[in-house]
Amino acid sequence: MSDIADRVKKIVVEHLGVEAEKVTENANFIDDLGADSLDTVELVMAFEEEFNVEIPDDAAETIQTVGDAIKFLEKNSA
Amino acid sequence: MRRVVVTGLGMVTPLGSGVDITWRRLIEGQSGAARVEAFDVSDLPCRIACSIPLGNAGEGAFDADAYVEPKEQRKVDPFIVYAMAASAQALDDADWHPTSYEDQAATGVLIGSGIGGIGGIYDASVTLFEKGPRRISPFFIPGRIINLASGQVSIAHGLKGPNHAVVTACSTGAHAVGDAARLIALGDADVMLAGGAESPINRLSLAGFAACRALSTGFNDRPQQASRPYDRDRDGFVMGEGAGILVLEEYEHAKARGARIYAEVVGYGLSGDAYHITSPSPDGDGAFRCMSAAVKRAGIAPAEIDYINAHGTSTPLGDELELKAVERLLGEAEGVSMSSTKSATGHLLGAAGAIEAIFSVLAIRDQIVPPTLNLDNPSVETAIDLVPHEAKRRKVDVVLSNSFGFGGTNASLILRRVA
Repeated sequence: MSDIADRVKKIVVEHLGVEAEKVTENANFIDDLGADSLDTVELVMAFEEEFNVEIPDDAAETIQTVGDAIKFLEKNSA
Repeated sequence: MRRVVVTGLGMVTPLGSGVDITWRRLIEGQSGAARVEAFDVSDLPCRIACSIPLGNAGEGAFDADAYVEPKEQRKVDPFIVYAMAASAQALDDADWHPTSYEDQAATGVLIGSGIGGIGGIYDASVTLFEKGPRRISPFFIPGRIINLASGQVSIAHGLKGPNHAVVTACSTGAHAVGDAARLIALGDADVMLAGGAESPINRLSLAGFAACRALSTGFNDRPQQASRPYDRDRDGFVMGEGAGILVLEEYEHAKARGARIYAEVVGYGLSGDAYHITSPSPDGDGAFRCMSAAVKRAGIAPAEIDYINAHGTSTPLGDELELKAVERLLGEAEGVSMSSTKSATGHLLGAAGAIEAIFSVLAIRDQIVPPTLNLDNPSVETAIDLVPHEAKRRKVDVVLSNSFGFGGTNASLILRRVA
């Protein structure tokens, strides 16, 4: 598992208050991890802060699973 | 109009989490005041407050995790957490947990706050300044605005009746109880969770209230002596935090389900001073008309009042004006006791009227009136028993509770023993 994947999963566990085992790459924030639309906005903000990137709104809308976030950040973070 | 009774109580106060511990300590004459340790107060004129005992602070300490998940606490200001905790306690106490659609729709929430999430607004302002708008959380607004106490409580318990909030400074809690009682009396709901919540203890609030010259500044080295209503050495109020919530219920509804009835809400009066933004009207007329309206609504004679839970914040001006207005109301009436429980709890602002309504209910239940602490030398002579230092056992059938707020907004409640 990449360093980025570890950091993403840690943020998801902290923000959504879910158990680490549930945070698989296929897990959907809303359907599987109990997030609502505001939670996902805050998650994206937390990713931006942690990885020092800006995630535009149209890109944020495509980040629906843990794997989506990892892929985006692997491609776009320095 | 339909009769309204009190069937459940819940509170989180500087004297502890829960009605029993708070009431016991209040009757014992304990004070909740201490030097503020949670943040730097070295440059503030007032360095003391009545804070809620947290975590491992011993018996009565408030464990927020028992009421609200940690990840949800993070999203809201503490006044919402206090409101949710006190509401859960009150619903348990009333044994009212509606599950049918009809019962849920007949149960509403009316919780107010004087200021709401001022701590979180301050923090977000700093974030905006330092990091820009993209770092403002989506939970910033819904975690700070005042009616989200009522909103969160309704969501947590499935209460689908009227969902409302009051914002009238230090009269908020009393207005919330009075307005909720009216909603039941008029048939808009059968049960209401009503009260107030406040979390004002931070640098910004202390600086702001100190600038209004409202806070005690001369007792920083003796915090427990600072709140001293009616005493000649009083010099301002001591800020407190917490929440008080009452379950109000239509009388027949309560009887039909065999609920324990603490007392009846028989009187509610409101008035405006139309005088000044922070100072009470010097003739005390607003307070007098407010109490008179409550007495008229209750259909009682002023002489029937046994105990008055005073607004009595320990400010130089306010205490004596209230006392004069009470003397005007009572005339030659003798035998009333009047105390300010803010001498022990501090001033919980928007929650004050609610916790004091609860104390009024408990005075009726236990036939005892709580003391006015630190009243060593009354600043004026009065025939009224101000209950200095120690609680007093006595007949308590009818209680008047006063609340007066910035803007000249006044509320009085009258509660009566149900035979």
